[in-house]
Parts: sequence; C-alpha cells; structure tokens
Amino acid sequence: MSLVETIQDKYNELNTFAGNGLLGSMREKAFEKYNKSGIPTSRHEEWKYTRLTSLANKNFELNATAILPSDEVLNSIRLQTEYAAELFFINGVFIKEISSFQNDAMVVLPLNEAAESEHKNYLHQHLNQSSKYMKDGMNALNAAFTANGLFVLIKKDKVVDKPIIIYHLTDTTDDNVFVQPRSLFVIEENAQVQLIELYKNNGLQESFTNEVIEIAVHENAKLEYYKVQDETENCHHVGTTHVQQVGKCFTHCVTVTLNGGTIRNNINMILEAPNNEGHLYGLYMVDGKTHVDNHSIVDNVMPNCFSNELYKGIMEGNSTGVFNGKIYVRQDAQKTNAYQSNKNVLMSDTASVNTKPQLEIYADDVKCSHGCTVGRLDNEALFYLRARGIDEKQAKALLLNAFASDILEQVKPEALRTYIGKKINERLNIDEL
Amino acid sequence: MLSIQNLHASIEDKKILNGIDLQINAGEVHAIMGPNGSGKSTLASVLAGRNDYEVTYGSVEFDGVDLLEMSPEERAREGLFLAFQYPIEIPGVSTTNFIKTAVNETRKHRGLEPLDAVAFLKLMKERMKLVKIDQSLLSRSLNEGFSGGEKKRNEIFQMAMLEPKLAILDETDSGLDIDALRIVADGVNTLKRADNAVLLITHYQRLLDYIVPDFVHVLYNGRIVKSGGKELALELEERGYDFIKQEVAEEV
Repeated sequence: MSLVETIQDKYNELNTFAGNGLLGSMREKAFEKYNKSGIPTSRHEEWKYTRLTSLANKNFELNATAILPSDEVLNSIRLQTEYAAELFFINGVFIKEISSFQNDAMVVLPLNEAAESEHKNYLHQHLNQSSKYMKDGMNALNAAFTANGLFVLIKKDKVVDKPIIIYHLTDTTDDNVFVQPRSLFVIEENAQVQLIELYKNNGLQESFTNEVIEIAVHENAKLEYYKVQDETENCHHVGTTHVQQVGKCFTHCVTVTLNGGTIRNNINMILEAPNNEGHLYGLYMVDGKTHVDNHSIVDNVMPNCFSNELYKGIMEGNSTGVFNGKIYVRQDAQKTNAYQSNKNVLMSDTASVNTKPQLEIYADDVKCSHGCTVGRLDNEALFYLRARGIDEKQAKALLLNAFASDILEQVKPEALRTYIGKKINERLNIDEL
Repeated sequence: MLSIQNLHASIEDKKILNGIDLQINAGEVHAIMGPNGSGKSTLASVLAGRNDYEVTYGSVEFDGVDLLEMSPEERAREGLFLAFQYPIEIPGVSTTNFIKTAVNETRKHRGLEPLDAVAFLKLMKERMKLVKIDQSLLSRSLNEGFSGGEKKRNEIFQMAMLEPKLAILDETDSGLDIDALRIVADGVNTLKRADNAVLLITHYQRLLDYIVPDFVHVLYNGRIVKSGGKELALELEERGYDFIKQEVAEEV
C-alpha cells in the first residue's frame, strides 16, 4: 500500500481513538485541508526542487504507538552532556516514560494532556500557528495526525541553565516508517532556554519524518534552538520549525544537516513585536545522493526589528542543495534591518545547489541585504597551504573546516559543538586541528 | 643546490619565461631584479609549483632531483620555500595550527618525530623573536586582517619555522616601511647558513642594502640578460632598467 493510501486508511482509526476536543477539531480541519492539497509535487512552486512523489508512492507503516528501543540504543544516541530535560520521540511519538524532565523551571506534558490542562489557553493561542505560513499538504498532514505530541512550557523568569534535548529516533529495523512528531514550546516572559533537537536512526529500512515544532517566545525571553540532523541516507525528513516572537525577545537558531536522504527544513521566524532580534544560521555538509533543502521565512511585522541569516553548504558526491530565503517586511515594519547570506562550496562536478533569495518589502525605510555564492574552494588558498608542505587532501580539509567554522561557533552548547565538530572532522578525515 | 636549465614557461599560451639558466649553490644569496612584467614572479611561481603555469621546455634540479616532477607540497617538504608576494588571508584557519601542521608534515618527510605541543611552542617562541612577531597575531586566523607588513613578517616567521634549504623571497620588500624591512632582513640574515641559500626577487636595490647578495641577475623578457656582483644592483639603481633594455636591443 502506498503512503498516500495508508494515510487515508489510518486517519479514521487515529481520530476515533484520540477523541475530540481541541486537538480533534484541529485534526479534522487539517485533514480536510490535506485532502485538498495532498502531498506536494514539483509543480508546486515551493517544492520545485524537492520531490516527494516517489516517497508518497512507497509503502510506509504509520503507527500511533512505538516499540521502545533498548537502553543500549538509547545510550548510543545520547549527547555526552548534562541536561535540564531529556525528551524522546520514538518513531514520532513522544514517550513520557523514558524521558526525564524533573525541573521546576518547566512544565512538560503530552500534547493531548496539555489540551485539557490549565495551559490549554496557550494551545489556543499558539498551536498550529505555522499553518498560516505553510499552506502545503505536509503541514496539514502533521496537524491531521496530532495526538500524542509534546508540550513544554518554560516558566516566567526562569533561566534554564542546561539544554533541553529532544532526541528523535526513527527505528526502521523491520519496516519502512512514516513518523510525525509534533511539539509546542512556550517560553514565558523573561525566561531563557537552549533547545536541541537531534535526529538519529536505527535500522536499514526507510523512514520518512514529517515534523512540526512551534515555539512561541514571549516578552524579553531568550531562545537558542539547534536542529541537528545526523541520520543515514535511508531517512527522509520534512520539518517545520515555527518561531513566533510574540513579545520583544531574542532568538538564535542553528540548523545543521550532516547526512540523510531527502531533506526539507522549513524555518519561520515571525517578528511580531517591535525591536525583536533574531538570528538564523545553517550548515549543510552532505555527500552521496543526499538532497537538502532549506526554506526560511523571516517575517518583519512590526518596526525596528533586526534579523541576520547565514547558511553555508558543502556539497560533495552527487548531493543536491536548495536554499530559499524569504524576507517579508510589512508596511508597518519601518526601520527593519534584515540581512541574508548563503554560501556554497561544490566539491565535485556532480553536486549542485539552487539558491534563491526572495525579498518582499512593503515599508520604505528599511535596510535589507542578501547575497549568495556557489563556487569551488579557493585555488590560491589551496596553493598557499600546499606550498607549506600540507598535502592537497589535508589542505582541502583545513579550508572546508574553516568554511564551516563560523557556523559551528554559533553552536553555543559545548557538547553539541564538540559533537558536530567531530562529525565534520571525521567526514574530512582529519584527526585534530 | 638549484640548477635551472633553459627554462621556458607560459600561461594560457602566453610565453613568459624564455630560457632561464641559473645555478644556485649552498651558502649563496642571489638576487633577481628586473622591470615589471619581466617574469620575476612567474619564475618564483614555477619553482614553487603553481599549476597555472605550464613549463614548456627546460629542467630544474633541486639537490639532484627533478623539481618539476614534484607537487607543491613535496617541493616544500624537500626544503623549498616561497615567501609570497601577496600572502593569502584564510579566515577560520588558525595561524598556529597551520604552522604546526606544516612543520610536522616536513618533519615526517625527513623521518623525524612530530613536535609535541611543548616543543612546538618553545620553537615558536624562539623564532617569533627573530621577526619580532607578536603572539596575538599567531592566535588569529591566517593573515586575516594583518597589515601588509605583518603579512610579510609572517612569511619570514614561517620560513624560520620550516628552515628551508632554499628560500625564495618574492618581492618581500614591497609594501614595507624601513623599520619592517630591517626586521625582515635581520630575520633572513640570521637564518642564513652555509648549507642553505636565498633567492631574492625584487624591484629595488633598497632590500639589497640589508641582505647583501653574492650575485645579482637581471631578468628581462623572460631571460637573464645580465649577471654580476652586488655592484650591478647599484648600477641599476642609478641608471634604471633602460640601459639594460638598450643593451638587449643592440645585441639583436
């Protein structure tokens, strides 16, 4: 059975099982929307270079429950670091039992419980805000199956001094799986948090992740968000990170793609209050047949906001890359400062990148800039290193490492930076620099 | 040590070197002078192995082995050093790590153990004094944001660290004020030994007041048209390159 058929088959089963209420009505509307738009094809302008059709026609299991992995598997994906909370999604299902979050700075609930709790107003206010920007079927499809997602509230005035780590593990030992993690984070006034999402897999069958995470950041709060994809080539991913800057606040987001199959990352930064500041960084370093597509939206709604965006790519083998950066400056958003840059290095003749900045400016007193480059390693720099006795391979590695370093240094949690740095060095085949 | 015979080289079908003959022995300092476009920097590039240039004829032996057969890194490890006319800025590559890698690659080639961190730092401290280069520069990215003088001093510092047999200084004096020039020259003079050699490429006689050459060659239209002692440089300074051009014209 194709994924498209499985989705129809499973929807009623899940919907009946999961009950009504807030999530029920969201599911219903979303499913209707999904049925109208379906899984996007390359005829859809936003999906011109990223093809999902062959995945949609493949057989994937879709389950509302997951089999728990062994402790050994869990340990193998853990970052070696202290944490404020450790939250596990196994095959797209938030598993409370193996997660740990004993911390009085936060509330952690399965999304369906949160919908019945004292926090349900936050769900009314922030859940599914991303659908206003993501009009395609993938976003609706996630919402149509939202039942046992994750709700996290960082309480007012609390500074969470260690990172919250979300591990996404897809287990494809037996079957191809289609998984749909869903999370809502609310960061209350004056709170500060570092959030890490790390994607790992286990097994040789294929996985297809369709994730939505929404993060609402309130007045004077600070968010650092890191999305790190380190799955294997049999794992495909469509994910949306929707950051809503509700009050004047600061956000810092870094997306790192180390490996995978067909990958589409959407990141939206909605600057809803005056004087907001947001930073978006990205690094993709891919090889083989990996396809990585980063779509970003920076929406300046109110005046005096600042945003900076820098994405860098290293493309090897037959890999393909897409960068699409939208910046909206609405009519009221005077004195906006918005910067965007995308730089790519092609390491083989068969790798390619499509990069497209897209600025829509409706205010007249703004500063916006964008730029993109696609090229090879600088021959002059390479020669300089070789003229000092460093062989060609190592010289290339040094230069690529340097190219990646200004994104890597934006990864503030040390353990995560070390993890990514090690992966980069392994890829470049260098021991230590 | 270096023996260049009838060397011809071109870039994109444009002939630049038209038959260079040059013999450099251990312990010698040679200077190559010549007007703009005479092929000075091309010669340096061809010797260091820059692949933009095609050697169309001739041979270069370095300590008895065919230099032109070697990759740039092999030449460097064999002890050939080029101080760049325009050192490249490489953001993100730390100067110290770069030099450490370079030193240890060369040591490996010579069958020596790599220097550990302590020994490397000790050597570095010692050689830093030689070119009066500051620690803060070395902890920055390679040449990034360095002034012209700092870049040139960094070149000589690398030379001091790598201890080459033959150092080619490609217009190291250009863009240096008199103090920086003196520092650079002092560094080169201190490193001078009976078993190594220096090839200076320069426009001006000025540098030769500080680093005194044993031989001066004049390069013109891709050939060495005149050779002599250090007094030739003074003559050039006085009379300009025109008299050389005239002499060449008369020969034809």
